[in-house]
Amino acid sequence: MLYEMTNNITGRSTTEKPLYARDKSRYMLEVVRLSAWYGKMKAVNEISMKIKAQAITALIGPSGCGKSTLIRCMNRMHEVSDGGKVSGQVLLDGRDIYGKDVDAVSVRRRIGMVFQKPTAFPTMSIFDNVASGINLTRLWSRKGELQELVEHSLKKAALWEEVKDKLNRSGVSLSGGQQQRLCIARAIAIEPEILLLDEPCSALDPISTLKIEELMLEIKKDYTVVIVTHNMQQAARVSDFTGFLLLGELIEFAPTKELFSIPHDKRTEDYITGRFG
Amino acid sequence: MSESGSLRRKWTNRIMLILCGCAAGLCILILALIVGYTIANGISYFNIDFLTNVSKPVGEVGGGMRDEIYGTFILVGLASLIALPVGLMAGIYLAEFGSPAVASVVRFIADILAGVPSIVVGVFAYALLVRPMHSYSALSAGVALAIIMIPVVARTAEEAMRLVPNSMREAALALGINRWRAVLGVIMPGALTGIITGIMLAVARIAGETAPLIFTALGSAFGVQGLNQPIGALPLQIYRYALSPYPDWQQQAWAAAFLLMILVLGINIVVRTVSRRKSM
Repeated sequence: MLYEMTNNITGRSTTEKPLYARDKSRYMLEVVRLSAWYGKMKAVNEISMKIKAQAITALIGPSGCGKSTLIRCMNRMHEVSDGGKVSGQVLLDGRDIYGKDVDAVSVRRRIGMVFQKPTAFPTMSIFDNVASGINLTRLWSRKGELQELVEHSLKKAALWEEVKDKLNRSGVSLSGGQQQRLCIARAIAIEPEILLLDEPCSALDPISTLKIEELMLEIKKDYTVVIVTHNMQQAARVSDFTGFLLLGELIEFAPTKELFSIPHDKRTEDYITGRFG
Repeated sequence: MSESGSLRRKWTNRIMLILCGCAAGLCILILALIVGYTIANGISYFNIDFLTNVSKPVGEVGGGMRDEIYGTFILVGLASLIALPVGLMAGIYLAEFGSPAVASVVRFIADILAGVPSIVVGVFAYALLVRPMHSYSALSAGVALAIIMIPVVARTAEEAMRLVPNSMREAALALGINRWRAVLGVIMPGALTGIITGIMLAVARIAGETAPLIFTALGSAFGVQGLNQPIGALPLQIYRYALSPYPDWQQQAWAAAFLLMILVLGINIVVRTVSRRKSM
């Protein structure tokens, strides 16, 4: 049940997702007393939070508050950084992704990630970029099989119409906003259950940003989305839940409407009213 | 600020500039002389016979270096066959997998290895292979050349892979691609121009090596007979013929020098063009 995605890349549309993934009241990811370090510097301090399935959870806070580190801990990307160290638990379906017998690679296949700067692979075509998550995890794959998957993923990422005639062009020939949607398509192609977006719009212009925001609202129907943003308006516009971080601590975590209208903590109020940060 | 002080400064500046210019000019002049002299002398003895005929005894007109040209290609191929896998994998280790402490030791050793005089490498291959096998051989020469080639390939491959932004590694890992596939599918293609540049420069370097061949390849009057037998090579033959008292052979040496230089120069020019196109 956990891991059928690689068996059947063409047939599985989103409606065939396991039932549990469609249960909106369910918590998809549970962070338990998570701390993270860069060498000796502690960037995340004992954070616990529950992420709802098929919703957008935003993490906001001033620069250096640990929001990016926190999201990188959610798919074991933090340990790739120099001196990256983690303690605590992140439960996916009740299983700790930091458990002894859990392979980081398989965690990342279930929890995809898109970074701040677009990271289209420059040596690959648009098509191969989208297919790379499949191509580079299997020994071989048939082009025809991939065709459908690539189209499906690009449509989901609202990029298909713009690139359908130039799938063989280099991935980096696209504009920044298109490249970022290409990265989202690439992440979707491996059919993760959760999508982590680390400031996906901070390198983009307002129109591209708007497109990505619309896209997020669209994909949350099928995926659980966690987004890090330093743009409070963006969090208010798109997210269902918002967590406010300060100096590595989760100050407040609540439904977005509540957090932005009646913040319980003085520091949250100061931040969202623009008194610092 | 006195008037004379500023004048002195101006002149010092001018003189230093002229000196630097002269030094740069001297470099170019020396290269031009070598290339020009070799071409001028070599091209007149260079012809189809030189490429297609085997060497003739002293006194007979004509003759060529077919076997030596063939031998050089075999030796370079043999060396590449050994050095490329080892060098590339060492480069991958240095750039992608080694812990900083271990990698810095390996890097240091590779740099030392690259600086070992080539004649010492030749003696080493002699002791390692020629003595136990009781014969000079193409194999021992290939190994000697490979030893020279490995550090060059490893270090240039490492440098090229380091130039691939870290964000590409993270992007690949975040797709659930394991590190080996990320290196093969994303990092190496991104560094390909640099890696090929390094390989070509290493090939150009060993194609002209003479000293290590003296103890290993020896040279052969009977053509290419097998990997466990002595073998001829262009630089070796240049060395032999140029030192001989016979005008015929000296002319052959010029022609061989011309060919070898064109080969090495050609490789260098191709590499320059390709890597420049990339950087633009």
